[in-house]
Amino acid sequence: MPSLIDLSIYELHDILSKREASAVEITKAYLDRIGEVDPKIRAYLTVTADKAVAQAEEADRRLKKADNVTPLTGIPLGIKDVICTRGVRTTCGSKILENFIPPYNATVMEKIEAHGAVMLGKLNMDEFAMGSSTENSAYHPTHNPWDLERIPGGSSGGSAASVAAKACAGSLGSDTGGSIRQPASYCGVVGLKPTYGTVSRFGLVAFASSLDQIGPISRDVTDCALLLNAISGHDTRDSTSVLRDVPDYTGSLIPGLKNYILGIPKEYFISGLDPEVEKAVKHAVSALESQGTEVVEVSLPHTEYAVATYYIIAPAEASSNLSRYDGVKYGLRAPDYKNLMDMYKKTRSQGFGPEVKRRIMIGTYSLSAGYYDAYYKKASQVRTLITRDFKKAFEQCDVIAAPVAPTTAFRLGEKADDPLQMYLSDIFTIPVNLAGIPGISVPCGLNSSGLPIGLQLMAGHFDEAKLLTVAYNLELALGRCKNWPLA
Amino acid sequence: MKITTSEIEHVAHLARLSFDPSEIESFNRQLNDILGYISKLEELDTSRVEPTTHALELTNAFRKDEVKPSLPVGKILSNAPEREEGGFVVPKII
Repeated sequence: MPSLIDLSIYELHDILSKREASAVEITKAYLDRIGEVDPKIRAYLTVTADKAVAQAEEADRRLKKADNVTPLTGIPLGIKDVICTRGVRTTCGSKILENFIPPYNATVMEKIEAHGAVMLGKLNMDEFAMGSSTENSAYHPTHNPWDLERIPGGSSGGSAASVAAKACAGSLGSDTGGSIRQPASYCGVVGLKPTYGTVSRFGLVAFASSLDQIGPISRDVTDCALLLNAISGHDTRDSTSVLRDVPDYTGSLIPGLKNYILGIPKEYFISGLDPEVEKAVKHAVSALESQGTEVVEVSLPHTEYAVATYYIIAPAEASSNLSRYDGVKYGLRAPDYKNLMDMYKKTRSQGFGPEVKRRIMIGTYSLSAGYYDAYYKKASQVRTLITRDFKKAFEQCDVIAAPVAPTTAFRLGEKADDPLQMYLSDIFTIPVNLAGIPGISVPCGLNSSGLPIGLQLMAGHFDEAKLLTVAYNLELALGRCKNWPLA
Repeated sequence: MKITTSEIEHVAHLARLSFDPSEIESFNRQLNDILGYISKLEELDTSRVEPTTHALELTNAFRKDEVKPSLPVGKILSNAPEREEGGFVVPKII
């Protein structure tokens, strides 16, 4: 008999609907699990136990009356600490927001609360979502449940580690350059970055506004579809969210890939790609072939310029977005200062960590007088070329399959002193954000040391349904994970 | 192009950040590494390429200019480091 924490969201929904377990029992099982494993993985920055139990009690009332019950009613979720939660501290992994208690909810929080979902707490991340390992959290690093000496990936490291360690049933993360997909890959879970504009960014603390998207992290593809159903949709409070109907994504979970064409981009199989990752990805592609898909080679010729493009655009937007942390309206204000300018400089220098300062500096430099054309404009032009590459490729195929990251999870401290090496670990995830298309990481095996490897699937704008169909078929072909870590 | 220490100090001022001399040195090295890598984009001829300003081809999102409920002043001020009589307190500016 599996315990409650072993069940998927749709399995929990089934036993909740049959009243075989209550939402309070499920929530308490997860809170116990957090008590047991979180001292090892440190995925949570804040655990909201009392609030969670109160929300579970409310969910039980709804379930009892069969009133407005959805697949997420009574399901315990973790939320990346970049998403504003009314009355619950939201730090963004930064000291500058250490005491920030949002007076409002992000739209995604309103949506999942309307479903009667339960929030277990707020999850660790790289400060302001800047990083690939969660080591840039101003509080503490998070450990990979599969090997505690390794990083969980980032920036949504807490969101991925908590799902893999069964310290929540599913979670929300955010992805600006790979921050959902890369940690999902390193932690052996499913992570989806939706098309830009699919999910409202209202209440998501801004990093790079033309790239940021919120998305789900889950233990399997069905749970991913359920979470995506709940958070998608137009929002008048985010003018970049797109006015279109939200399909029921569980409708795309269909066996068989007849009439599908899968594209393999040759530029993603380069030197520097770990041979074990390459082997697992190729094995996954043949598994998809066995499900009926045709496989063709495609070309994304500007892939090698994506990291350079991103490290102009993202820091430029960040330097502008982060100018709001000035010690006036909310957040830290340095205690001793001589005048206004001194207050700004001391507040920001004490409140931000080194990586955030580095990116503000790059962004400010590239936007400063005389450099705009050479950097930001140039990068925006190359961004057009990268987007065109995808458009052309999708004339030949439905979905593109590639690695998520060149390697498996690296060791804590391994890349901490070399920012450029850290940036290059996002080489395969960044193009998706630049083009605004959706991407998903699906587990496709373990390496010889038992570390998870993810397959990345990419599709055209608003083709999440195709991504989920292919991801679901991979899960059918390879089987769902049976030996979760920290069991 | 190489960024110099005095340029770093100028950019730090624009960004309202301050660094001590040892930090400036390591930043200088790291920023030059990163900018060196970024200069890779110069390989591409983009003279005839339109820059991307938005990931999707959207037209402007207009909405009606209507008064809607907003958060009360007390809630807005609740996170302010210093507040007084319904306002934010800042150091003397003029």
